[in-house]
Amino acid sequence: MEDLSLHLLDIVENCTTAGASLVEIRITEDAANDRLEIRIKDNGRGMDAALAATATNPFVTTRTTRRVGLGLPLLKMAAEEAGGALTIESTPGVGTEVTASFQDSHIDRKPLGDIAGTLVALILGHPEIDFSYTHVRGGETIELDTRELKEQLGTVPIGTPAVLNMIRTHLAGAGEDRQGDNHG
Amino acid sequence: MAKLKVEDLKRIKESVKGTVNLRDGAARVKVTVHMGTCGIAAGARTVMNTLLREIESRQVQDVILTSSGCAGLCSHEPMITVEVKETAPVKYVKLDADKTKRIFAEHIMGGKAIVEYAFSVGSERTR
Repeated sequence: MEDLSLHLLDIVENCTTAGASLVEIRITEDAANDRLEIRIKDNGRGMDAALAATATNPFVTTRTTRRVGLGLPLLKMAAEEAGGALTIESTPGVGTEVTASFQDSHIDRKPLGDIAGTLVALILGHPEIDFSYTHVRGGETIELDTRELKEQLGTVPIGTPAVLNMIRTHLAGAGEDRQGDNHG
Repeated sequence: MAKLKVEDLKRIKESVKGTVNLRDGAARVKVTVHMGTCGIAAGARTVMNTLLREIESRQVQDVILTSSGCAGLCSHEPMITVEVKETAPVKYVKLDADKTKRIFAEHIMGGKAIVEYAFSVGSERTR
């Protein structure tokens, strides 16, 4: 994974597979303490303690198409390589919360990348799931909540290109490098 | 900048009024982007956003874009499955933005599959 926005896309895809109807994403850039935190919370089926404890093992997966599961192990590695850690809290029937933390200024801390591209891909691929996104950077907060959007849109599907384009523009400031990945 | 503006949403609602909103079964073409860890690492998001831009710039109304998980062919990612109504689904492999644009023009719009990019034809149906 080239950047953290791709890790984010990958982990949230897990939430959708877990049957979540709401995924809450929170990115906190805390320059004063030199920390970056990405928290992903879903209301999916959750994992029991035994599965949660082994979820970062690449040879543990619930899928049937292949025998390895690399999403969480890769994010764990990305966090630990950059002076951070990955924690997983999960309750069966309630949901799962994954938190990845990083030393913000660490030389091996991957860039955030195209967060807007990730959110657009998620909303487009899973229009039936709601996403709440909060990005705190310094004194600025960027928010998006598809529940509010859908309410405003009425019968217009959230996957309508004009709507997605507007979401992309709204979130364009959320990525680190504003000149960044224009393709993704 | 914190929230999306309600007036912008209203403008979009006005602009799409009257256009037909297709349900899954009614679309002429369904395109599935495989978004497993393998696909994402290989560039699936770029492929998805390229398709979205094509749909938007061509103002296409009868193509549905969706995503699915890993199909077990990780070394062939990024992959998409193109299902044109009444024809066999085609799975395209090892894609990038340029190949995706060509598939959009020639297969999704033109109805003619690009055999050189295809992994298989008619092997499965998604969802």
